[in-house]
Amino acid sequence: MRYLPKSPAEREQMLKAIGAQSIDDLFAIIPAEYRLTRDLDVPRQQAESEIIAYFKAAGQKNATDYTSFLGAGAYRHYRPVIIDSLVQRGEFLTSYTPYQAEITQGTLQAIFEFQTMIAELTGMDVANASMYDGSTGAAEAVLMAMRVTGRHKAVVASTVHPEYREVLATYLQHRDLATAQIGYVAESGRVDLDALAAAVTEETAAVLVQSPNFFGVIEDIPAIAEIAHKRGALLIVSIAEAVSLGIVRPPVEADIVSMEAQSFGVALSYGGPFCGVIAAKEQYLRQMPGRLAGQTVDGNGNRGFVLTLSTREQHIRREKATSNICTNQALVALMATIFLTVYGKEGIRELAEHNLAKAAYAGKTLSAQPGAKLLFEGAPHFHEFVLQTQESPAQWTQRLLDEKIVGGIELTRWYPELKNATLWCATEVTPREAIDQAAKVLAAAPVEA
Amino acid sequence: MAYPANYRYTKEHEWISLEGKIGTVGITDYAQNSLGDIVYVDVPKVGDSVTANASFGSVESVKAVSDLYSPVTGTVTAVNEELKTSPDKINEAPHEAWIIKVELSDPSEYEKLLDAAAYEKFVSEETGA
Repeated sequence: MRYLPKSPAEREQMLKAIGAQSIDDLFAIIPAEYRLTRDLDVPRQQAESEIIAYFKAAGQKNATDYTSFLGAGAYRHYRPVIIDSLVQRGEFLTSYTPYQAEITQGTLQAIFEFQTMIAELTGMDVANASMYDGSTGAAEAVLMAMRVTGRHKAVVASTVHPEYREVLATYLQHRDLATAQIGYVAESGRVDLDALAAAVTEETAAVLVQSPNFFGVIEDIPAIAEIAHKRGALLIVSIAEAVSLGIVRPPVEADIVSMEAQSFGVALSYGGPFCGVIAAKEQYLRQMPGRLAGQTVDGNGNRGFVLTLSTREQHIRREKATSNICTNQALVALMATIFLTVYGKEGIRELAEHNLAKAAYAGKTLSAQPGAKLLFEGAPHFHEFVLQTQESPAQWTQRLLDEKIVGGIELTRWYPELKNATLWCATEVTPREAIDQAAKVLAAAPVEA
Repeated sequence: MAYPANYRYTKEHEWISLEGKIGTVGITDYAQNSLGDIVYVDVPKVGDSVTANASFGSVESVKAVSDLYSPVTGTVTAVNEELKTSPDKINEAPHEAWIIKVELSDPSEYEKLLDAAAYEKFVSEETGA
């Protein structure tokens, strides 16, 4: 990008055009007490070479050579190089959202393929493109269920990502919609089905669960669906780790699936942008939020793509739109589309198996250390697990950091009952040596005096 | 197209015909003509209540959505299921393709609506024809 400062002559010209004598004259309307009388406290201007040197030095501070066992809704996976080389093409990058829809056939085709792959993966009939992230997707899914059923209550599992639940609360705070929270079974970490059955009534619009849930545990979706459907409520399944669909049975019993697709080739980038998506049974299509690309045939009989059912959206339906989402995550969805195309059906399965094996090894190795044990072993997991240690996590966290390892995240901030419990994640990019090293560090607890 | 003399009309371009306490509601020829090809009709459920001058659903054409306003207050006794698969029936025969049937809670509301002549006059004023 070129840097184009204004010249004194240009300033003069602009002032003249608006009839002001000077810059001070221009701002005379602002009372003196609100005007800054000194220079801004910012560093002096720098040359291009100095700026590059500055950012190189700042970049050195990034902890790039650490192994991280953090997961909890943001996952580290390998990103094929082709993703960035394709999404940075001007045809995709600058026209990332199709305002003049039908003229951007390539973008629409990419969106259509994204929707098709998401629908196939989730076992739903239709998928949109897209929501902001998994949390807003889950919240929008609840609002959608409310519109479909005409009911005003939601039952939410406490094993749904705690931050997703916070976003849901934000979305619902000014709406006439109450939520009830359902706990989990201590042995399995799964939704307490008895409590769920007691909480779901004829007034329940939706049951919201997550699978794999926040503890990495796969929920019993058919059993939950039966409870929800018996009372005419919709089942929403939130998926925070999209790669799990490579091996976990898709939640076909759900009415709506809301998903975070970050794992499909989207960099973590300090927390965003991510890519949410809502998929659903076809009968609920009209109440879906967000963009939908459709396939059609043009006047010459050629295959073409359109934005379809736009009448759900705010540029047409205004305040009665199904959502206020407008510029979606199309470019990020494109990253996911490329990722899925590169990996393919078999590739996603192999990737998921690799993750599963890594996490199983990590769980086994770490829990074999003195004073450590796994929680929720009574149910299947994907690539996250909860480790409970005798030592407080604050103590071993520092020892791990000294070895350039970021350990699991403490759960007590969200689940006070889970003392000294941490949530760990291992993926295909977690080196086995780092797992072994982390186990050694855990075992090396200082001897108590 | 002529506006049936035995119907009553609203300024929002709905028609209603009354048989006993049951009113049958649809949209007028003028409305369907302004909207163009209708692709979807969003209707309430049987048993829902509707209020005079309040929205009870919407009708969607290729590029626009319009609210449907109930001419009367009452309870929905039937919805035209045929429109689910063939919303274009409204374009073909607007004064026959009914949308909902309502049991009126106050039959006198019907009398306050426009008759065919008054509606026709209203439309010609609105279009400046």
